[in-house]
Amino acid sequence: MKQKTFKGGIHPLDRKELTSSKPIETMEPPKILIIPLIQHIGAPSKPIVSIGDEIKRGQKIGEPTGFVSASVHSSVSGKVIDITDSLNAMGRLVKSIFIENDFRDDTIHFEEIKDYLNLSPESLKERIKEAGIVGMGGATFPTIVKLSPPKEKPIDTVILNGSECEPYLTSDYRLMLEKPFEIIEGLKIIMKILNVNKGYIGIEDNKPEAIKSLKDVVKNERDISIISLPTKYPQGAEKMLIKVITNRQVPPKALPMDVGVLVQNVGTSYAIYEAVRFGKPLIERVTTISGEGINEQKNLLIRIGTTIEDVINFCKGINGRNIKIIIGGPMMGFAAQSLKTPIIKGTSGIIVLKDEDIIDSSNFLNCIRCGRCINACPMGLMPSMLSIYAERGFYEGAKEYNLFDCFECGSCTYVCPSKRPIVQLIRLAKSQVKP
Amino acid sequence: MIDDKKLVVTISPHIKDKETTSLIMWTVTATLLPSLIMGTYYFGLKATFIVFMAIVSAVLSEYLYQKFMNKKITVSDGSAFLTGLLLGLNLPPSVPFYIPVIGSSFAIIVAKQLFGGLGYNIFNPALIGRAFLLASFPRLMTTWTQPVAFLTQIDAKTTATPLSILKESGESKLIEIFGSKLDLYSQLLIGNRSGCIGETSIIALLLGATYLFYKKYITWHIPISYILTAGILAWIFGNPSQLFGGDPILHILSGGMIIGAFYMATDYVTSPALKKGQILFGIGCGFLTMLIRLKGGYPEGVMFAILIMNCFSPLIDRSFKTKVFGTDAKK
Repeated sequence: MKQKTFKGGIHPLDRKELTSSKPIETMEPPKILIIPLIQHIGAPSKPIVSIGDEIKRGQKIGEPTGFVSASVHSSVSGKVIDITDSLNAMGRLVKSIFIENDFRDDTIHFEEIKDYLNLSPESLKERIKEAGIVGMGGATFPTIVKLSPPKEKPIDTVILNGSECEPYLTSDYRLMLEKPFEIIEGLKIIMKILNVNKGYIGIEDNKPEAIKSLKDVVKNERDISIISLPTKYPQGAEKMLIKVITNRQVPPKALPMDVGVLVQNVGTSYAIYEAVRFGKPLIERVTTISGEGINEQKNLLIRIGTTIEDVINFCKGINGRNIKIIIGGPMMGFAAQSLKTPIIKGTSGIIVLKDEDIIDSSNFLNCIRCGRCINACPMGLMPSMLSIYAERGFYEGAKEYNLFDCFECGSCTYVCPSKRPIVQLIRLAKSQVKP
Repeated sequence: MIDDKKLVVTISPHIKDKETTSLIMWTVTATLLPSLIMGTYYFGLKATFIVFMAIVSAVLSEYLYQKFMNKKITVSDGSAFLTGLLLGLNLPPSVPFYIPVIGSSFAIIVAKQLFGGLGYNIFNPALIGRAFLLASFPRLMTTWTQPVAFLTQIDAKTTATPLSILKESGESKLIEIFGSKLDLYSQLLIGNRSGCIGETSIIALLLGATYLFYKKYITWHIPISYILTAGILAWIFGNPSQLFGGDPILHILSGGMIIGAFYMATDYVTSPALKKGQILFGIGCGFLTMLIRLKGGYPEGVMFAILIMNCFSPLIDRSFKTKVFGTDAKK
């Protein structure tokens, strides 16, 4: 049978071989950690510690404000030395707590629950909320909000996203190999909360070992299936994933819950398990450190708040003169503006490109209307027209070409032979007109 | 140690495909080499010189225009070179050297640069250059010479093209000249007939086009719908005395239909970007070509057919908007 897929998409070189065979390694926390009070989509949390306070590992230091928000915890024990603005991955200044590590790892008491699957949905949700869990694939939407859909939008299907379609990244892959049981338990917890009996894990078929690893765990589970997905970027985008697995299409401006589906990243599922089973807040995550520009590529378990600089030093430094450090994947990630940018809950990768792979984006040609971007766009848009309108300042014209349906996957820009910065132009247009 | 000032910061995506616009242009140029070689073989070194003049003037016009207008010099992207080459290949082999010079400068300056340069021209520049020449030098542009054996010194005799013989005297006259129907087809295939320098050798053109298909630089949508439409119309209306009695193969193999369908109508800038639109564009080209060939004053209609359809490309793209993901979702 022909594998189901979605329209458009691209096949970039995945370069996952740099790290795919490297087991998750624990990185010791550095001396100074910078923990932003906003690591999620929504309202920033407010600090509940003051400068000079002695704090423990796992202690809550930021309290959510509002419904769409998330708690923040300290990832080490030590002393609060500053609470001030610091650059985040997007290059914005966000209020952050600076902690001086005392290297003792004094930890608060984590309340373990062995019989967690018999907890009520409410108490399960409470534990997830307390742990400050957000979507770890990069979008960082607070998980508790996704787990509390309005009554008129019942969820009947839960999908774990293990596609990891971004080149270089292998953190989800290593988790699926090393923690398959925990990931499946996390999925069961989500299904229990939402009272759903259809669970899927979608994995691209370039990761046969991950598929096997999870299949071994679920062979006696009736309600959970492992789905092998065609390897094509952006397979991991929610709308594409839902389309391929359930054949449902999320309409423009709608959310997955509008078609009865909830999607979570496999890393988030692992964090959910740890929070529910061991009472452990989200204070560390697995991040892929890769790219030809760094001397040692690794999959690292890193404390939240560790800076890129510390991570690079741990990986034996950078080679090359021009340096481009990408936070996240190379297709949708952000170029770091500062080495003091911390690893946060949503940081799936740190990619250092080598000199010759850095693209000079100032040198681009006119659109020749070859149509490659149109064929690559998974959303069925015409990126060529969007970029031409935006370049000329006709932002309203761009809106007529469905500007706001673009989720900036970058496929158009990847294939453009004229090397036009299409995503950049689209973002410019989005900032100039109202949706 | 590195510091923040050395960090390169751009917006995602941070990796890009190796394909570039100049690579596409230079590849298309290279695939036209077989047809240039065959043109030289049949029409002598003078033909090569005409093509050479067309290329040099195209590149030079673009360079001088951009220099004079204080614009970024973009001749290295290969598009002007390709325009010159295509124009040269679409000229009769007997034209004096100033014809390609005038044609190329007009193509580049008026049809391309005045419209905003690469990507913003409405009409195929090479075809505009040729149309301009046809209007300005009608006699020179419709004087054809017989193919001669390679490098012979004898002056080539003037003759009519197969299409004009067909128009004036019918297919039987053509078969009489070439011997048999099979001979006619095979001579048309290899290119041993009068016509423009690069249009005659169908085999050479298809060889180049095959590589473009292999590289996915062109798709079937425009050329096949073009040729099919023209072929069907030729079959139905090609014979003035009888419906469904025309010879589609003769029409497809003669004139500029093959170079037009594979190399001119497929020009990215001036053809629709959407597949459905491309099919409509091809059908339009085929229809107009046959309308001119069978009912118009000219024996050949490829050039005007493509130019007329060029005007419709933006309109076609607007009417065939893509379907946004999720808009046909069932509630």
